[in-house]
Amino acid sequence: MGRIASIILENVTYILENFSIKNVSLKVREGEYFVLLGPTGSGKTLLLELIAGFHVPDEGRIILNGVDVTYTPPEKRNVGFVYQDYSLFPHMTVEENVAFGLRVRRLPENEIKRQVKEMMNLVGISHLSDRYPSTLSGGEQQRVAIARALAINPDVLLLDEPLSALDPGTREDLREELKRIHEARNVTTIHVTHDRVEAILLANRIGLIINGEMIQVGSPEELFSKPPNEKAARFLGVENILQGRIRLNRGGIAVIETGDLEIHAITKIGEGEVYVFIRPESIIISRKPLRSSARNIFQGRIVELTNLGPLVSVKLDNGLKALITRQSAEDMRLKLGDMVYASFKAASVHVSRRAR
Amino acid sequence: MTEDKRLTWVRRNYLSIIFSAIGSIVILFLVVALFNMLIQQALTDPGSLIEVMFDEEVLKSVALTLYASFLSTMIAVIFGTPLAYVLSRHKFPAKSFIESIIDVPVIIPHSVAGIALYALLMRRGSIGSFMESIGVVFEESLWGIVAAMFFVSVPLYLNAAREGFQSVDPRLEYVARSLGAGPIRTFFAISLPLAIRHLFSGAIMAWARGISEFGAIIFIAFYPMVAPTLIYYRFTLYGLGGSRPVAVFLMLICFVIFVVLRMMSRRWGGSHQ
Repeated sequence: MGRIASIILENVTYILENFSIKNVSLKVREGEYFVLLGPTGSGKTLLLELIAGFHVPDEGRIILNGVDVTYTPPEKRNVGFVYQDYSLFPHMTVEENVAFGLRVRRLPENEIKRQVKEMMNLVGISHLSDRYPSTLSGGEQQRVAIARALAINPDVLLLDEPLSALDPGTREDLREELKRIHEARNVTTIHVTHDRVEAILLANRIGLIINGEMIQVGSPEELFSKPPNEKAARFLGVENILQGRIRLNRGGIAVIETGDLEIHAITKIGEGEVYVFIRPESIIISRKPLRSSARNIFQGRIVELTNLGPLVSVKLDNGLKALITRQSAEDMRLKLGDMVYASFKAASVHVSRRAR
Repeated sequence: MTEDKRLTWVRRNYLSIIFSAIGSIVILFLVVALFNMLIQQALTDPGSLIEVMFDEEVLKSVALTLYASFLSTMIAVIFGTPLAYVLSRHKFPAKSFIESIIDVPVIIPHSVAGIALYALLMRRGSIGSFMESIGVVFEESLWGIVAAMFFVSVPLYLNAAREGFQSVDPRLEYVARSLGAGPIRTFFAISLPLAIRHLFSGAIMAWARGISEFGAIIFIAFYPMVAPTLIYYRFTLYGLGGSRPVAVFLMLICFVIFVVLRMMSRRWGGSHQ
């Protein structure tokens, strides 16, 4: 993997009615999988569209592979683009969609056929070649969109929330697929998402963008372990993200050591280094140990109580964060320093292999 | 039980039932007005309807009407499509003004349109005198008819085409551009095929509107007579008996043509939508 910067943004500013990009600078290395993470409406899509050349920035420069393309039209940039809603050409078959960029380049027809076939094999859609997009499932459509973008052998691949419109099962499959494709083709990629889990699992580095500003750029570990400010912490910190190692897996129930805790989780992963995700809403806080089916019960001291309107966020000294209703917080009269129990089911724990 | 069900259905849907009853008056009026003429003709004087079908003057005027309106529609398509696309894609200062201008021919009386066109295109008119010098005469000619038809029908095409282009997601064009297609290629490969049904139905509407025009045409070109002019002319000379057969004939022709065109446009591009 080279160290040359493949995508450089220098002080890019662009103001639209509802969205804006403010003075964003960024360097993405060649072959890197870079994730732009941020809440909805933070200008992530707009930034991608600027890189692709669909808009011209008010200020700043965009450099792709050493060439200043700030004023270059999109068709001259050799950038692959995939939208959340797939944006397949509805009047063309799958094969025609994938071939579009090659036909535009006036390649010989047999060469087009060969490359399209190769691309459709890569993303696993060969059996769909004569179908029209409207007859495909969301996951299939997104695979077509990815194949179409990769077919032109782009210098840069831009993915705008490519997994967000998919159902959870398909999302996971395609997420793994993106990883595999990136390893196979090694195209410099910027992937936009609001999903923290997705960002951690895919990214070499993450750029956190909030309200059109680049708050921080760094490795997933850096970003999640020390968010630069409260805004970032609020966006990043609501999730329980732990690193751990599976000690044993008996009949689909794994025991994971995460330093302080020993967590039971339902997963097929047999062994190795993993990430553990627990949604704070899945954690129940109680004064006494709960007599329930929850396999995970941990005692801890309250180190932080944050009022979030109807909800209260409770942080314990063992690292777990829970979101409970204001009502139940008041009923239990929770205050700082209290010893409480945090319980959650093994089924509420999401486990994912840690590659790097 | 079924009695109960029926009652429940009525209770749940009584608003739609009342509205349908009111609405059927509209349909009834349209149907009766057209069929009354047809039936009257068929009952009282079927012979002259047959005669009209072989009347050279009638056939010529019908052919002229269809042809002139076809030309006017083609001009609307050639010049209107780019305008409609620009209006669907861009915001600019004078946009709402331009959009209002487009709708003017729909709201002004057709006699007013006729006077305006006559003043402009007559031999001594602002443009007419220049056009005559290069050999194009509007007064009492095919081009006068085409100009009048164009004036009243182009809004229908423009609005349908603009709506058609608006229905095409700009992101599809963005993606096509990112794949290497320039603006022109993108227009012809993506935007146009996806809007084509709207364009086609807009063209049919414009053509129909041209065929039906009378008011604006007679000011600039009473001759050669288009079918609506001929019908009016015969009405003033021979009354209902002389004009009705031509009217029925024109109605039948229009009806057949539009049914065929509708079927064609439905078949077009139906596979993916």
